Amino acid sequence: MSGFVVDSTVSSGNSSVAIPTDISGQILDLDEDDDLEVFSKDTTVTDGSSFNASMQTSPASMINQYKFEEDAEDTKDIFVTVDNPESHVTAIETYITYRVVTKTTRSEFDSSEFEVRRRYQDFLWLKGRLEEAHPTLIVHPLPEKFVVKGMVERFNEDFIETRRRALHRFLNKIAEHPIFSSSEDFKIFLTAAPGELTSYKKQGPGFLSRMGETVKAVAAAVRGVRNRPQEFTEMQEYVEAFSQKISSLDKVTQRIVREQKEYLEELKECGPTYALWSQSEEELAEPLKDVAGCVDRCCKETEEQVKNLNDNLIPVLHEYALCTDTLKMRDDLDKAEDRLEWANNALKSDWTRWQKDMRTDLRSAFVDTAERNVNYYEKCLAVWESFLHSQRTDAEGNGNVDFS
Amino acid sequence: MADSGSEDIAVIGNTDLTPSESENNLKNTMVEKGTSLLKKMEISVAEAEKRTGKNAVNMQETYTVYLIETRPVDAASEGTNPVPDSLWRRYSEFELLRNYLLVTYPFAVVPPLPEKRAEFVWHKLSADNMDPDFVERRRVGLENFLLRVASHPALSSDKIFYLFLTEENGWKETVFETGFQAKADSRLKALNATFRVKNPDKRFVEMKHYGDELQSVISQLLRVRARAADRLYGVYKVHGNYGRVFSEWSAIEKEMGDGLQSAGHHMDAYAASVDDILEEEEHYADQLKEYLFYSDALRTVCRKHELTQYELEMAVQDLTSKKQQREELATGTIRTFSLKGMTSKLFGQETPEQREAKLKMLETQIEEGEELVKERNSECDEFVKSAWVDIERFKEQKDHDLRESLISYAIMQISMCKKGIQVWNNAKECFNKM
Repeated sequence: MSGFVVDSTVSSGNSSVAIPTDISGQILDLDEDDDLEVFSKDTTVTDGSSFNASMQTSPASMINQYKFEEDAEDTKDIFVTVDNPESHVTAIETYITYRVVTKTTRSEFDSSEFEVRRRYQDFLWLKGRLEEAHPTLIVHPLPEKFVVKGMVERFNEDFIETRRRALHRFLNKIAEHPIFSSSEDFKIFLTAAPGELTSYKKQGPGFLSRMGETVKAVAAAVRGVRNRPQEFTEMQEYVEAFSQKISSLDKVTQRIVREQKEYLEELKECGPTYALWSQSEEELAEPLKDVAGCVDRCCKETEEQVKNLNDNLIPVLHEYALCTDTLKMRDDLDKAEDRLEWANNALKSDWTRWQKDMRTDLRSAFVDTAERNVNYYEKCLAVWESFLHSQRTDAEGNGNVDFS
Repeated sequence: MADSGSEDIAVIGNTDLTPSESENNLKNTMVEKGTSLLKKMEISVAEAEKRTGKNAVNMQETYTVYLIETRPVDAASEGTNPVPDSLWRRYSEFELLRNYLLVTYPFAVVPPLPEKRAEFVWHKLSADNMDPDFVERRRVGLENFLLRVASHPALSSDKIFYLFLTEENGWKETVFETGFQAKADSRLKALNATFRVKNPDKRFVEMKHYGDELQSVISQLLRVRARAADRLYGVYKVHGNYGRVFSEWSAIEKEMGDGLQSAGHHMDAYAASVDDILEEEEHYADQLKEYLFYSDALRTVCRKHELTQYELEMAVQDLTSKKQQREELATGTIRTFSLKGMTSKLFGQETPEQREAKLKMLETQIEEGEELVKERNSECDEFVKSAWVDIERFKEQKDHDLRESLISYAIMQISMCKKGIQVWNNAKECFNKM
């Protein structure tokens, strides 16, 4: 699919939301390409999410922005990082803020660099806004609000770090998304001073979500979908199956982590036992102490490996499991109007885009895991080989006949 | 097996050596240090079989018998391979042999038998004596036992041992005929000596403590290792679930399908590889177990020393007291309290004739006592000498064997790591194709 333009038409005067329940009689028999052409011909402007009160951007420039280009990465013009968690204590509560740094060349930003501090609530707000404005597009999930089982304290270092990474991923997904990254809410999030953000939030959803509703209604009225349901069903089935697989993978990985931790507990006792033994021995004291050292070092490597799984693979799997939960909710689209929405190629592109992203993310997460496992075994290998080597040199040194 | 008459010696650092190969090398070392028996004869426990029969109380029972094969060394090296002589023995007969050796050679650190019941098992291993894996490991342990005895300087030339290897019928009777059971020390006697002995040889006291420590630390190691093996099994097997899920997932994907499918296969291979890994580790555990049981044999020798020393001390004490009595009687002074002395004080002295008779009796007793002391003294000395020689021999053997075991453990770990590297590299390639 080559780049094409997003979305809906706005037809003046039609503010009614009522849609005939059965529009089959009015549906035109179109295939993809025809649809494509029709859309681009009719294009007039806006997508609700980028609508702002002052309409500063021209339609033309917005069209350019909305292109689903494969080479979007080459033209990446906004970079966002989340780091530097800090704890804040007030009379009422304690909370963490994260530093959000934005570097961009986009013209709609007043400057090229911004630095703000945001707390988890703010991220939640942003996600909510994007979901409201684009109920049919896929918004990347946020880490859970509350602590996962097994952790005691919300402000535990590991938890904060895991959350920081997830927030970073979240913002980057938004920044990379052709529609979301142009969202006014996103811009405000990245640039507003704390006071500004609070008052902006207070404005309420009204205007934008009303836009969203209108868009939906209009889109519904526009295109027929007789041959869409099949694709839609396929997607539904895929999502259902994929969701199961991802959640299985999430569970399997968590189980692996549990088993590794229990293995580690037992292994930790081996080294000291060898060391204890060495105290009763003379000739054997040295090799026993060496073995104890080797076992201890392998323990450290195993600990490292467990941490890696926890920090890298599990969060990614978990996020995609959350994603599919969202996707499945979209599947309750029995209404024809929503299926018409699906007919909207923008939606389809978003879906395709999401799939591509998913593949990339999961691939790199698994490749990363495999690499770390190789690394782990290589380190342990080195430990035991050096033990063997030392035994050989010892033996030769003692003139021990057996080891020639 | 023992018919590996080859002279191959383990090369340290050769990480391609499998644990079973290095076990072989252990056997070769024993053959090499060879006593006259092993120079003549190859010994192996070739097979195990189940039998059913009536036992002593006429009830049906199932038991396992082991095939002992012996073959003259010359024949094998000449290239002709005659059928070996063989006979079947059950575990209880091995036990009988060992008990006989223990009693007959009290100064020797007698090699131990493999365990009677499976202990230190981790969950997958069966604790059942009839389980084929257990029987197999026991077969190996019994062969090891025979080779150890056959390479012991003193034990290898024992007639009963030779008959055990060569005479199937009537062996039991022959053993009993030696009357060895009568010579066995009672546990009570031994325990008593341990508490009361005053001047045992310090080296033996230290050895006994060492035996205690060795037993305690190896038990702990075996326990910890078994638990770790259990957990490691779990880690590997759960990866098998990846295999299943990847496979299912690949069915719903288009581009990712192939990569996922093949990655899944590697995960299955990874999960399956743990079985071999842990089986090899069992060999290592068996080597440790042998020395766990050896520690008991070591302590037995030390306790025997305490017993002989105690008996010497008793004889000396007895002699001393008799001499004192003689002195008192001769000089008329009563230095030690005795009931006799008191009564004679109260009821009057004895007649000179009575005293004469008593003195004479004491003299005889003293003579006998001195003979006894001399005897026990030389028994004790001899025991100390020959026991210490065997203990030194044992120490060397233990240091060598356990070092080999540690090395083979390292080799096992290296092999496990190499397998892991291979599997995950393969998986990584597959993931890249996703």
